[in-house]
Order: sequence, then structure tokens, then C-alpha cells
Amino acid sequence: MSFALSVNGQAHLVEDDGDTPLLWILRDRLSLTGTKYGCGVAQCGACTVHLDGQPKRSCSIPLKAATSAQITTIEGAEGDEVRVVQAAWVAHDVPQCGFCQSGQIMSAIALLRHNRRPTDQDIDLAMSGNLCRCATYNRIRVAIHTAAAQLGQST
Amino acid sequence: MNARQTPIPWTWRRRLKVGLLSILALTAVTGTIGIVYALYPRTLPQTGPLEARLLPAEIERLRSVSDFDGIADPASRSVAFFEEAGRVLQHPRCLNCHPRTDRPTQTDAMRPHMPWVTRGLDGGGASTLRCSTCHQAENFAASGVPGNPKWKLAPIEMAWQGQTLGNICRQLLDPTRSHMTRDELLHHVMEDELVGWAWHPGGNRQPAPGTQQEFGSLIKAWLETGAVCPQ
Repeated sequence: MSFALSVNGQAHLVEDDGDTPLLWILRDRLSLTGTKYGCGVAQCGACTVHLDGQPKRSCSIPLKAATSAQITTIEGAEGDEVRVVQAAWVAHDVPQCGFCQSGQIMSAIALLRHNRRPTDQDIDLAMSGNLCRCATYNRIRVAIHTAAAQLGQST
Repeated sequence: MNARQTPIPWTWRRRLKVGLLSILALTAVTGTIGIVYALYPRTLPQTGPLEARLLPAEIERLRSVSDFDGIADPASRSVAFFEEAGRVLQHPRCLNCHPRTDRPTQTDAMRPHMPWVTRGLDGGGASTLRCSTCHQAENFAASGVPGNPKWKLAPIEMAWQGQTLGNICRQLLDPTRSHMTRDELLHHVMEDELVGWAWHPGGNRQPAPGTQQEFGSLIKAWLETGAVCPQ
């Protein structure tokens, strides 16, 4: 069956089973491999993308449920929050192995769009669904604070 | 006259030569057998569906209203109706989202929800980590994540975990805590789709006993017999 998707502002027509996880459509059909497969059961957050601006686990969304949404992957993320997060991630050398980082960044961007001055607790609440086996949590938290500060200066 | 052949003496050089040749021959034979085995055409393993590793959940029956006809005393019958309905109310499918803290539990073992989530202002999760981040409008077999359009926690006033069935009963009848009149309560248990999810939980989750209709009939009978609560 054919499904129309809007991914990173581009329209795609995808022929596949409607119950295929969106993650595999993004990676295997659209070659957007920045979104990672971690656990496949919505436990780790590595596959986080935005649907209409809201972070979602793409491993747990059937293709048929994603047709009406504006999907944004790490490749298409843009805006002030993205710029400051990217700079902070580089400044604090956040990634270690890096596998979970696209999911971490997508959640961090969504957090900063919702809350421009997050406290530690706000960060914990927003990021607790994103696991990092290298345990870069402290650097992630510091980088989000730095990004938020940069965001505050630029507005 | 035939000269008598004298046996070749086993000098150390001869022993070494024969020994090395034997090892070389053995190596060559083993190598040849290995190469033949490796190159011999055979059917490669084919991909196929994994065997179902999840056992189908067992269905528990719920006693029907007529099963209580033998109890003559209306108050006792009312309590008996609620105690039977309590098998649903205190089932993990219901209790997991009626926690006494801000954090739900999950599975039949009712372990703390992973990842770490909190109820948020509306029961649907923190504003930056909503239930809908993972839970969609339907159960999703591919990831095993359960889903429903109304997926959220019951209000903290309706915490059931750790409560006796009598306390749950009194909660339900208290509009300040249940936020429902008795008519609304009956409609809720009989019609609400999130309540109904408990009988269609997907995966290998154990459904609540009986059916939503049987559960609703018990609650209706309990209300009609005076809504008497167990101690």
C-alpha cells in the first residue's frame, strides 16, 4: 500500500506495509540513517524524531500513523535551538561512541523549544527516555545548559 | 647367490624424515578434507519467522451477575458483586495506571515504568516527555508498546495501588475523588475505551478477567443493590 509522508519538508510516496515502524522507512527507504535503531521497543530513545514538533520514538510508530504529520529527522533539524545545541555539543565534546546522540539531540531540541531555561530537573524529565551506554549524561546536561544560555543571549 | 639384504638402520635422520613426512601427509589430508568440506555445495540456512516465544495469555473468567442469585441478603450480594468486580479493579492492567506515586508501573509484576516517566499536570506525562512519545493510538506489535488514544494515568486521588478493595470502593463512590457521579461511573466502566483496553492489551499481556461488558454488568448490579462496600 502507498503512504504519503512529509519528511524534512519533502514529500515522499512510500510503498510498504502500514504496520512497518517509521524508523525502517526513514532508514531503509529514505536513506535517512542519522536516526538510529537502538532497542526497537521504545526504551532507549536512539530513534527519536519529531512529529509535528513533538519528540516521538520512530521504532514505535507505524507508518500508517505518520502520514498526516510533519516528520523531522536529525538531518532536517534546523532553527536557533538546533544551532546552539550543535555548538554546545561540540564545545563540551559530548558524544563518546555517538550512537545515541541523534536521539539525544532531537530530545534536547524539543526541550529547548518548550523551555528556554530548563533546570536540572526539567532536563532529567525531558531526557530520561534517552539512554547513553557511554554514560555521557553529565556532559549532555551541561551542554543543554550552555545551549540554553546561548539561546538566551541570542534572543 | 643372493646377497642378503640388511635392514636399513633407524638412524635419527631417518626417524626425523619419516616423522616429518607423516606429519606433512596428515596435514595435507586434513587440509584437503577441510577444503572439500568447505566448498561442498549445500543449502544455506534460510530466513524464516521466529518461533513464537510469547505464550498466549490465559483468559480468566469473571462470574456473571446470575451466579450470585443464591445470596439472599441484598447487602451481602452487593458486596459479593463488588468483590468479583474487584478482580478487575485490582488486576495489573488496571493498577499499573492507578499508581500511588507520580510514576506508573508496568507488566504483570507491576515493576516501575521504564523509562522513568512522571504523570505531569494532566496525567499524560511531563510536557517534555509525554506518554504519546512512545504510546500511540493502538497497541503496536512491532515494538510491543501498548497504546490507546486516551493513554494516561488516573488522577492521584484515584490511586489504587496499596489500597484495600474497600478503600477503592469508597473512592469510587466519592465524587470528590472519582470526579464521577454513579451514572458517570457506570458509563465509564462500560463504555470508556481506555478502560476497555484492559481486555485487549496486546502482546502477551494478561487481559483483565472476563469482558468489559461482564465487568460493567457487575458494577451495575452492585450499584443497584445499594453499592455496599467491603470492609
